[in-house]
Amino acid sequence: MSTTVGSARPAASDASTAIRPRPRLTAAKKRQYGAAYALVLPFFIIFIAMMIVPLVYAGYLSVFTTKLIGGTSFAGLENYAKAITDPLFLTGVLRMAVFLVIQVPIMIGLALFFALALDSGMMKLARFTRLSIFVPYAVPGVVATLMWGYLYGPDFGPFAQIGTALGLGPPPFFTPTGMLFSIMNIVNWEFIGYNMIVLFAALRSIAPELYEAARVDGASEKRIAWSIKIPGIRAGLLLTVIFSVIGTFQLFTEPQLLRTLAPTVIGTAYTPNLYAYNVAFVNQDANYAAALAFLLGVVIMIISYLVQLGAQRKERRS
Amino acid sequence: MSSAPFTRRKFLLSTAAATSSAMFLAACGGGGEEAPPAQSSASAIPQSEIDKAMDTETTLTFWTWVPDIKNEVKLFTDKYPKIKVDLLNLGGGAHYQKMRTAIQSRQGAPDVTQVEFQYINSFTVGEGSLLDLTPYAPPTLKDSYADWIWSQVNFNGGLWGIPQDSGPMGLLYREDLLSDAGIEVPKTWDDYAAAAETYHSKNPKSYLTNVAPNSGGQFVAYLWQAGVRPFSFDGKETVKVDLANEEAKKVAKFWGDMVTAGTLSNKPDGNDAWYQAVANGTYASWPAAAWGPVFLQGTAAKTSGKWRTADLPQWDASTVVAGNWGGSTDAVLKLSKNPIAAAQLALFINTNKESALKFANEQFLFPVLNEILTDPTFLNKEFKFYGGQKVNEKFAQISETVSPDFGWLPFMDYVYTNFQETLGKAFADKTDAVAGLQAWQDACVKYAKDQGFTVT
Repeated sequence: MSTTVGSARPAASDASTAIRPRPRLTAAKKRQYGAAYALVLPFFIIFIAMMIVPLVYAGYLSVFTTKLIGGTSFAGLENYAKAITDPLFLTGVLRMAVFLVIQVPIMIGLALFFALALDSGMMKLARFTRLSIFVPYAVPGVVATLMWGYLYGPDFGPFAQIGTALGLGPPPFFTPTGMLFSIMNIVNWEFIGYNMIVLFAALRSIAPELYEAARVDGASEKRIAWSIKIPGIRAGLLLTVIFSVIGTFQLFTEPQLLRTLAPTVIGTAYTPNLYAYNVAFVNQDANYAAALAFLLGVVIMIISYLVQLGAQRKERRS
Repeated sequence: MSSAPFTRRKFLLSTAAATSSAMFLAACGGGGEEAPPAQSSASAIPQSEIDKAMDTETTLTFWTWVPDIKNEVKLFTDKYPKIKVDLLNLGGGAHYQKMRTAIQSRQGAPDVTQVEFQYINSFTVGEGSLLDLTPYAPPTLKDSYADWIWSQVNFNGGLWGIPQDSGPMGLLYREDLLSDAGIEVPKTWDDYAAAAETYHSKNPKSYLTNVAPNSGGQFVAYLWQAGVRPFSFDGKETVKVDLANEEAKKVAKFWGDMVTAGTLSNKPDGNDAWYQAVANGTYASWPAAAWGPVFLQGTAAKTSGKWRTADLPQWDASTVVAGNWGGSTDAVLKLSKNPIAAAQLALFINTNKESALKFANEQFLFPVLNEILTDPTFLNKEFKFYGGQKVNEKFAQISETVSPDFGWLPFMDYVYTNFQETLGKAFADKTDAVAGLQAWQDACVKYAKDQGFTVT
């Protein structure tokens, strides 16, 4: 960092540079500049090759149409116009909005609760508890879904067997209304631990002096949690919410795998991502899929921005 | 594509382990008589050119999902030592996707590739990427197959692949369960419906069979048997989609009515719950293809000896007609730089008797060649799992009753997937199956029009 500032300073202010002849100084700087660029170069190469190029290519694809008969032709924004009136896409987006409104508050709420409980220092077996809650995050999503798929199973799953033994019949995990909640439960199971760790780490960075001061003022632990801890980790909370928003709209693995168990409940367009996948690989319409993916990106950006904006306003008000 | 319809391909993958134990018999050089005779036809490749190509150092790439196919390929490379074959097994769902990608990018595509009957048209549409094998094949090749098999590969003025295996449909049933319920093996579909009702009333927790809402392939095979010809493609721009005609409605209503009445179950198949249900006797029969018997042996081993095979029940009691469910070919891509050698590979492994017999007896692919369908080592095999029944013989008879000229659309992937959202959904939700059939028809027509086809 000092090298970048160095050139702007008068040479005299820096004793060590003042006695060196100018050419050598530039050479040293050049070397340092060179090293800096060399160090960030791998990142940019991979970033351009793996992010920018595919994005530009997808954008390029999205303004064409390819038909089995007639081949490829320029379509302008036709694919986008089709997408914003496509009931399958819109239903998927709406379904994910419902998912977001119900699942994310539950997940973040529980993660926050666990983080506060662990941070309170009043728990026994805190390390063990922390690990147990976090472990599901280490389980790959595919494995988690297969496991839950078995547990949910309407014929041989343990819940179904208990339900049948009690004469209640199998629980409605795979019914059209039940499915969304079944998926929410899997996602909660997978990600509460992850969000808890993020929030817990944020809690650890709050200065302990604040707690001491609060206690001197006679605040209860609850009051400390509400008035010091939660406001103190607002940035962490915002981060987890934004990650969750993005994760929700990109939901793919869980419905894709549960489809084998309930193929008529989870259709090809159950989530927008699943729809884009099926449009690309079943309908063989990579162009329209690219447009759908771009639109989905826009939706995610808008909602993430709104979340951030809302948080900032709140901050200003308080 | 884990939710794709239940196909032979999946079956092969799931039984790969079982079949891989088949011993490899050292090949001792094929006889010379397989070489196609010299041809006078202008378009045919002269024998001298074939001989030259087969005596030139060449490397062919072959994409397939068939387990242990290296054994058949070895017979070929033993006969033509200058030809080297690189085998690539891409497994299940990725096969066609990777083919399409390779064809589109015009690099890395195989010379020879496995293609199922119903997907051939998706590779002949537009510019077309399959090589017409007519000039490469002996003119008498047609005589080696039943008409219905030949019509699956030879249409729209080309021979698009060399048939490898097929799936004529029969009825697999639990002999013990049916006789316990006092039910005769149903001869007609009316009998079958009556049997379904009787069976379920006597065994409230089990069913005569299951109507899978995700098995579009099976339903299409039912249509095939009923004489419905819902699809055709002229090789250019015109398709016919006729899924909702009266005959098809009859078939949809037949299954839909039993599902709605609750005498048949409506669970998705091809998943663990279904395998368990088959193994524990929840289903007393399964209308399945010729690859079904070996498949059941693997998944329901503990029910060994209790199964039997019969003809499918009939719509018209006076005749016996079957449909076909699954089957594949080896095709050559136009992109191949060695079309002669590639075509010879596809021809050899599927028409050389030793090789074709290996497919039938070791990999349990149901044969397509007349020569194998009448071979005693194949026919006389007794299956313990089927109480000693000569199952191959039964299916060989059934194969003769498959009705010919069943065509396909160039986008069967969409047709099968959409089945789950329309007719399959009607089965799952116990709603009007005929309305579901109509919705399926409408969706397929719309897709065809969106893709630029003329729909008749």
